[in-house]
Amino acid sequence: MLNMSDIMETITMIQDENLDIRTTTMGISLIDCADTDIDRSCQKVYDKIYSHAKDLVKTGEFIERKYGIPIVNKRVSVTPISLLLGVSGGDPVKYAKTLDKVAHDIGINFIGGYSALVQKGFSAGDRELIESIPRALAETELVCSSVNIGSTKAGINMDAVKIMGQKVREAAELTADRQCIGDAKLVVFCNAVEDNPFMAGAFHGITEADCVLSVGVSGPGVVRSVLAKMPDDASLNEVAEAIKKTAFKITRVGQLVGTEAAEMLNVPFGIIDLSLAPTPAVGDSVAHILEEIGLEQCGAHGTTAALAMLNDAVKKGGLMASSSVGGLSGAFIPVTEDAGMINAAREGTLSIEKLEAMTAVCSVGLDMIVIPGDTPAEVISAIIADEAAIGMVNSKTTAVRVIPAIGLEEGQELDFGGLLGSGPVMKLRTKSPAKMINRGGRIPAPMQSLKN
Amino acid sequence: MSETQKAVVTVIGKDMVGILSKVSAAVAEANANVMEVTQSVLDGYFCMIMILDITAADKSIDEMQALIGSHVPDMVVHVMHENIFNSMHRI
Repeated sequence: MLNMSDIMETITMIQDENLDIRTTTMGISLIDCADTDIDRSCQKVYDKIYSHAKDLVKTGEFIERKYGIPIVNKRVSVTPISLLLGVSGGDPVKYAKTLDKVAHDIGINFIGGYSALVQKGFSAGDRELIESIPRALAETELVCSSVNIGSTKAGINMDAVKIMGQKVREAAELTADRQCIGDAKLVVFCNAVEDNPFMAGAFHGITEADCVLSVGVSGPGVVRSVLAKMPDDASLNEVAEAIKKTAFKITRVGQLVGTEAAEMLNVPFGIIDLSLAPTPAVGDSVAHILEEIGLEQCGAHGTTAALAMLNDAVKKGGLMASSSVGGLSGAFIPVTEDAGMINAAREGTLSIEKLEAMTAVCSVGLDMIVIPGDTPAEVISAIIADEAAIGMVNSKTTAVRVIPAIGLEEGQELDFGGLLGSGPVMKLRTKSPAKMINRGGRIPAPMQSLKN
Repeated sequence: MSETQKAVVTVIGKDMVGILSKVSAAVAEANANVMEVTQSVLDGYFCMIMILDITAADKSIDEMQALIGSHVPDMVVHVMHENIFNSMHRI
């Protein structure tokens, strides 16, 4: 039988500690929509997404009411569009506009998959799609884009890295009048995962089933408040244990919502991604968890160790709670979306170098970082290359989502509003990596790739 | 016959006369059956948990929450399907 303290714990988590289901994401394969005529292809894309996902929002809202837990986002991820473009040719932005239209028509928050996977080289459609990304992001509202430029198996495609540096800049320039929002929807990956339900990096991998429903759970506030109740002299293994137990509970809720939603929508349940994804709301910050562990401020020496422990404990707790854990699963550190990170960046405690170190032990990479508006493309490429190297060597996903704030300088702030938050322009090194970036070619796959 | 559907009602707030009766009236209005009630008053704060059988209820969970809330406007009322508690606290 349920007891009173269990019931009150659940209610407090939801009401006071911002426990929520961050996203239910439906992954839809578009392979069967490819057509040599781009207009026909777009029509098939529209029809397939519409017919599969038209009840996604309604189902989400029903479950929200039944269990009293908010489901913040309803999203769709699709097969990388470069594959369709390779068949159809034509102006890739037509696909972006089709995705944007269907997203609006079914009422979802974002649609991801305007993507290309070029870790080893470019195939038909890849270059054209990448070239079109800045325009696609400027001319649509809900479309998210990602490009995978490296992997542990394939090494790093430095030609793609060079191009992506330029595209990140162009995307910011084309949306300079809208807080450079284009770049908040563009992620450059190394070791991208094919079942990630979180934006902006979600796409539906080609190895996935035709249509699946995945869930992303969140709850940094819950973890923080559990730690806040612990005595100051509790040892770190006790802290890790507490995080693990909390992650277990959070994940169980995700599992419940995911299986029920999948059943209602009559599609297989994909994976649950148990990520501590912060929002700018008070009490929903990953930085505050690190501070609760015992740092004066996030970014202080010790941050990397605390984050490594947090990330690992979250995974361990979640693994047992769900039948299929996937996606990124761990702690996210998007600077502008995390109240504690924003403060630490403003005060200068958190630097880009520290963030880079943190990405070696957490689940993603340099995320939502505002950089000076005059940053040259090759510096952005070099940031991408550094991050990809960390991912490649450590066999983990890393990503770069930086926003060159056009017209702003170090110390000024860019404000997106809403879930994307705001943040100060962070200082970068100004010495040029241009010669290395312009060499192009590939960084060969590391020793770790030779496991056979 | 489908299996029993249960919901958990929690009512929290300052203690006053008639809370239990008002909440029960609302529950009856929704055609839900009270299976179990626990309540405590600590420092003048009232906290009640009620398990309902909602198999035959003619209102949805959120409608029930609104209905109970309207009977005791000064209290914080939650109504949630029991599955969320079971999955979180039972292996």
